[in-house]
Amino acid sequence: MGLFTEAFLTSLVLGAVVAGIPLLLAGLGEQLSEKAGVLNIGLEGMMLIGAYMGFLIAYVSGSTTLGFAFGALGGMAVAAIMALLCVRLGLNQIVIGIALTLGAEGITALLHNIQFSRTYPRLDAMDTLPIPLLSGIPVIGPAVFDRPVIVYIAILLVFVMIYVFRATHLGSALQAAGDKPAALDAAGVDVICTRTVAVLCTGLFAGLGGAFMSIVGAGVFVPFMTHGNGFIGIVLAMLARGKPLWVLGGALLFGACLSMTTALQVAGVDIPTDVIQMLPFAMVMLVLILAGRRASLPLALGSSYVRGAR
Amino acid sequence: MVGSSASPVAAQGPVVSLRQVTKRFPGVVANDHVTIDLWPGEVHVLLGENGAGKSTLVGMLSGLQKPDEGEILIDGSAIDIASPRQALDLGIGTVFQHSMLVPSLTLVDNFTLGGPWWKRPDREGVAARMREQASSIGIRIDPYALAGSLSLGEQQQVEIVRALMRGSRCLILDEATAMLTPRDAEQLGELMRRLVARGLAVVFITHKLNEALAYGDRISVLRLGKNAGAMEPQVLKSADTSAAMAEVVRMMFGTNAFGEAESGAREMRAVGGRPVLAVDGLAVDDGSVPLSGISFTVAAGEILGLAGIDGNGQKQLAEALAGQRPIRSGSLKLKGVSLEKAGVGERRSHGLRYVTDDRLGEGTVGTFPVSTNLLLKQIGDRPFWKSGVEQPAAIADNARRYVGEFDVRTPSIETPVAKLSGGNIQKVLLARELSGAAEAVIFAKPTYGLDVQNIRSSRRRIREAAEAGRAVLLISTDLEEILELADRIAVMSQGRIVGTVDNDADARRKIGELMSGMTV
Repeated sequence: MGLFTEAFLTSLVLGAVVAGIPLLLAGLGEQLSEKAGVLNIGLEGMMLIGAYMGFLIAYVSGSTTLGFAFGALGGMAVAAIMALLCVRLGLNQIVIGIALTLGAEGITALLHNIQFSRTYPRLDAMDTLPIPLLSGIPVIGPAVFDRPVIVYIAILLVFVMIYVFRATHLGSALQAAGDKPAALDAAGVDVICTRTVAVLCTGLFAGLGGAFMSIVGAGVFVPFMTHGNGFIGIVLAMLARGKPLWVLGGALLFGACLSMTTALQVAGVDIPTDVIQMLPFAMVMLVLILAGRRASLPLALGSSYVRGAR
Repeated sequence: MVGSSASPVAAQGPVVSLRQVTKRFPGVVANDHVTIDLWPGEVHVLLGENGAGKSTLVGMLSGLQKPDEGEILIDGSAIDIASPRQALDLGIGTVFQHSMLVPSLTLVDNFTLGGPWWKRPDREGVAARMREQASSIGIRIDPYALAGSLSLGEQQQVEIVRALMRGSRCLILDEATAMLTPRDAEQLGELMRRLVARGLAVVFITHKLNEALAYGDRISVLRLGKNAGAMEPQVLKSADTSAAMAEVVRMMFGTNAFGEAESGAREMRAVGGRPVLAVDGLAVDDGSVPLSGISFTVAAGEILGLAGIDGNGQKQLAEALAGQRPIRSGSLKLKGVSLEKAGVGERRSHGLRYVTDDRLGEGTVGTFPVSTNLLLKQIGDRPFWKSGVEQPAAIADNARRYVGEFDVRTPSIETPVAKLSGGNIQKVLLARELSGAAEAVIFAKPTYGLDVQNIRSSRRRIREAAEAGRAVLLISTDLEEILELADRIAVMSQGRIVGTVDNDADARRKIGELMSGMTV
């Protein structure tokens, strides 16, 4: 039982939180747009732009808050292209999503290469905000309740989303836009507008998630640094069946897998890192095999809405 | 009730009027100078065949489409209905054939759709108003039930309640009874009568004549997108049912289409040659209705009708015979050749044909042109394909021949088959399955969902197939159809054939007994 020391557990939970927050944000964002009927394959690209913008602004201005704000704006900018092409013009969501991801990969790698390839600047670790009492709990305390503010905001967003889905007109409108857009249109709500809002929010969430990876997680920007987080976010949203709490649970689970590498190194277990890095993706497949059959997606997911079309 | 409620309010003038309205779609004029008035306190029945332009008319009234010419008057003044929202604001509520409720939301959430986004829906208040409105028209609804858990009939009632709560003065029911059980349809009819008694204008769109006459105060007939005639309330009330029906049929089709049905009644034919299709002890696995002990033979030139209530294994049997579903045990012989292990293609090449009831799902590929669909089961065969390369000239020749022979009404042989009406898709299927060396043909619900004229022509094709010496298995849930066409009738119940009778004068009684579980 030498493996489960307090140090090991703390680093595991901490890793799960640090790696899980970007997944959580991405998953929540994807859940929002999927609910409204837009399959957002461009999530990875939105995260990457968010990561780049977040790092750049945080580095230039010295303010992590500004960094997060611009990371979110960067994600929204990509989302705006998606909304224009897929929601307004009705182009294929999958093709555009792939194009956006590839485009974001290219442009961030290029800009990074021009600006930072000689200096490799780093950001200082972000200040944490310990929550009184809770941060004193062993293992959980330092790992969860002594974190930067953005972590608390991300977790708070889960409950905001629960409230929005359950108790507001917007929640009903999103659900209707994804399940039966014609009914929403007949009720006098603009389907295109509802979906656009959903996609823009997805961009905001994904951009924040990306900025978290570069500002909090790594402290640097590296090309392709989101490596698959956006795609895991899509899987999370699909498995969560519209429930934000499930996204949180899934994000922490996948986050734990992602953080295994460091945690096991702390514990002194010698497994090739390549094997451990496969874990989250093996986990995705395992979860899909076990639970994927029961995943229910909105009826009109992936199809653009044209009034009166038969 | 009809007279007392209709006359005083009708004096106000029509709620909605369409004046010379024209709507064109690529290749078709869906509505051609249509003029119709909708009066308060009346059920106005809009009758027409498939493709007569009824749905387009509804689309324009409900704000989904805009007329190209002509105008729509609301309370006498011309108004441009730009959106569904505006139609609702003007008091025009529409209940579509397919439910417009979001299945994953509760009824009350469906009703509160459209409020300001940041606000909480007033669920308690709306639920109370829903119950009140529902009870005022004599129905009960549970506001917190999930819309998707309700039957279609219940969903329509809910949508009527919603239209009333929005202050609709004109309620359009678009093919509302098409997918309802007879009991639900009857309830809807009674509900319509209660609604007009309150002074509403109800537009009831249907292609069922008996419903039109039972619930309508006024009838307008559309044909090929044009006004084909109308019956005023006083005419409709004074005429007796059969005379009114004959008149409506004349307006719909230009001829007395039902005359043919009576003259086409079947005289007993002497068939009894060698069996072409012989099925013995057939058993098929299935989750809901497994088949066992299915045995029958069909002789050349004979029509064997397979009657039974839908869902008693007819579909499973048809698929097993066609080769689309594995046979567990038993034998299937076509002219003495055992085919129970053969695939679909091999059975077809031996002359076994299957006209499916799922015309667009498994019968045709909707996006393929008519010409390719006519050869769907011969793709790769000579002379239409040579060494895997398509031969457009041969394919087009084949298509032109069958389009002419089977009277398929299509703009061109290159038109995607899904753009055709149900009746014309059925003609494409019939052309494909009845052509070439067909020996035995299985028809599954061949006239399901077709309009009267296409029903007549499909039945004629079935009769002709038998007269040409083919063995015909006619699977149908329409007993009249089977009594009209079949020589012998087998009755299916719970995956078994419970009896076979000759189609004589006493057949109807015997089939009824077999269906209800008695032995003959």
